[in-house]
Amino acid sequence: MRRYFIRRLGLAVLTLAGIVVLVFMLTHILPGNPALVAAGNYANAHALRVIERQMGLNRSLAAQFGSYLGNIVHGSLGTSYTTGNTVAHDLFTRLPATAELAVVSTILATIIGVPLGVAAGLRAGGVTDWAGRTGAVIGTSIPIYWLGIVLIVICYAVLHIAPAPTGEVNAFAAMPPSYTHSLILDSLISGNWPTFFDALRHLALPAITLGIVETAPILKITRSATLEVAGCDYVRTARAYGLSRWEILKNDVLRNVATKVLTAVGIVFGFLLGGSILVERIYDWPGIGLYAWNAVTTTDYDAIQGYILLVGLVYVLLNLAVDLLYAVADPRIRFGSAGGGPRRRPRPPWPGRRVISPPWAERH
Amino acid sequence: MDLTDDGRTRGRPDDAGPAGGPGRSARLRSELKRHPSLVAGGALAAATMIVAVAGHLAPPHNPLAINPGHSLAPPGPGHWFGTDQFGRDVFSRVLYGLGLDVVIGLIVAALAFAVGSMAGLVSGYLGGWIDDIVMRVADLLMSFPSFLLALSIAVVLGNTVRNVIIAVTIAYVPYLLRLTRGSVLAARGADYVLGARAVGASRSRVMTLHILPNVVGPAMVQATLMLGWAILDVSGLSFLGVGIQPPSPELGVQVAQGASYITSGQWWISVFPGAAIILAVLAINFLGDYADDKLRGQGS
Repeated sequence: MRRYFIRRLGLAVLTLAGIVVLVFMLTHILPGNPALVAAGNYANAHALRVIERQMGLNRSLAAQFGSYLGNIVHGSLGTSYTTGNTVAHDLFTRLPATAELAVVSTILATIIGVPLGVAAGLRAGGVTDWAGRTGAVIGTSIPIYWLGIVLIVICYAVLHIAPAPTGEVNAFAAMPPSYTHSLILDSLISGNWPTFFDALRHLALPAITLGIVETAPILKITRSATLEVAGCDYVRTARAYGLSRWEILKNDVLRNVATKVLTAVGIVFGFLLGGSILVERIYDWPGIGLYAWNAVTTTDYDAIQGYILLVGLVYVLLNLAVDLLYAVADPRIRFGSAGGGPRRRPRPPWPGRRVISPPWAERH
Repeated sequence: MDLTDDGRTRGRPDDAGPAGGPGRSARLRSELKRHPSLVAGGALAAATMIVAVAGHLAPPHNPLAINPGHSLAPPGPGHWFGTDQFGRDVFSRVLYGLGLDVVIGLIVAALAFAVGSMAGLVSGYLGGWIDDIVMRVADLLMSFPSFLLALSIAVVLGNTVRNVIIAVTIAYVPYLLRLTRGSVLAARGADYVLGARAVGASRSRVMTLHILPNVVGPAMVQATLMLGWAILDVSGLSFLGVGIQPPSPELGVQVAQGASYITSGQWWISVFPGAAIILAVLAINFLGDYADDKLRGQGS
């Protein structure tokens, strides 16, 4: 157990190092000149050279990499020239808003997707299965930003049941002191009920938008996991013993499906942190996605770089957490599946056992 | 899905016999009956193709023609999908944009398939340090969400159609590379490969003539699905302003242009282009669902 954990931790560190190198390559080796962007279109050659020198772009690639690495080790991600703050501070204060969205939408997607997936998997070929599969195919075909727009049109412009898409709260709400930078938690802690309920109302639509799109992969994975488990020998044995359907479902099927679902939720949750950029843009939600979008439209290199690093970090940690939980839940992983003979664990492929990919990329 | 049909008949030669087996159209009919995904996907794909081709050959209006006197007109007999803030006909723009997105998606999927399956073939067959390096790079690229990776590459390269295609392709190649490499590793020790090597076939000959045709199936299915992702991702990038730029009638660009009008009730500028994206992607995903069924059915 401990050896598996240590090995897995080591892999996570290696992946992180790889991501740091990749981000450097993205911004320094690919064509594109940050100095030109910072100087603006009307800068003359001299001004451009001065800015290049200021940004250190005239130094050798190795020297640039050294200072880049040094900054990261010291926790400095540079300064955003649009907000004027350090990128680390900007990201830190905006991450909770994105996390709110990710957590609530993942809960929604799990509540809807898992029962539907189990029902579909248990009666493969039935009406529920057909509806579930069709729903999942449609869910993976909807552009998430379009869904957000349609929900705003229906719920705000037509039905007037949702607030205007103005971010976390309406413009006149009294803002609570920020303890956690999460508006919902802050207003809850300070007992600011009007703001709390307003924030909840504002959270509903973006969370539902993300939730609908995330339900599809969760449903698909749960369905195929259920299908697989329900065809196993031990389920047949349990049935032969005359155990009730519910008994079998509870003790044999769901327990084994749970680990797969955990993976699915991990994949989806990770995707949310990266993919929420589209939803945050639609709802003007002040998370890291909107920050990244602002950085992209103003070509704020330090901010973009910081955002990519942060999402990479969150992905690696998430991947790690899912793998470790998986190992706790499933002893075959920590001890290897060898029945007899020397217990040699199969080496997980670098950088980890699984690779988190966007939900529409999952194939199984 | 020519591909899977081909695989099926190759797998069971007696089935395709001219004498005993059912005719081609009868087989197709029974196939359609058993797989609603194929029906839905085929119908939607045909609709997409007709709409896209019609939009290019004979759009009702010029998709780029500005008509300030007619801006923000709601859907009606003159303009089926209404007009946008510049008075351009949304219907013509949607037709045109659909073709544009499908073509860009096709280019991305074809490029990713070519690069990914070739790299996977070479990497898997040669092994050794080449394989190590290629796989480490692929793993690294896959440790980001593909949309975000494409976004960062597109930002750095700059907003042109070519760069967006490159960015999205780079983000997809690792998935195909991994898939192909896996099949190559499985095929490397097969009897037909040993046989070919025993009669003195060169490495490149073994790879391209013997292994490639046998491992290319799953990668082709995956590349087909990628056409759908590519349409979603390219339009998503364009929606964010990182992909294809206005005034191009690309669908994501159109959704973005209408986004500022939705709260005031002019929903048609954004909603129709998005619906067109769904039409195309849905067609591909249904076909992919069917192909996936067939591939897995073959395996067991």
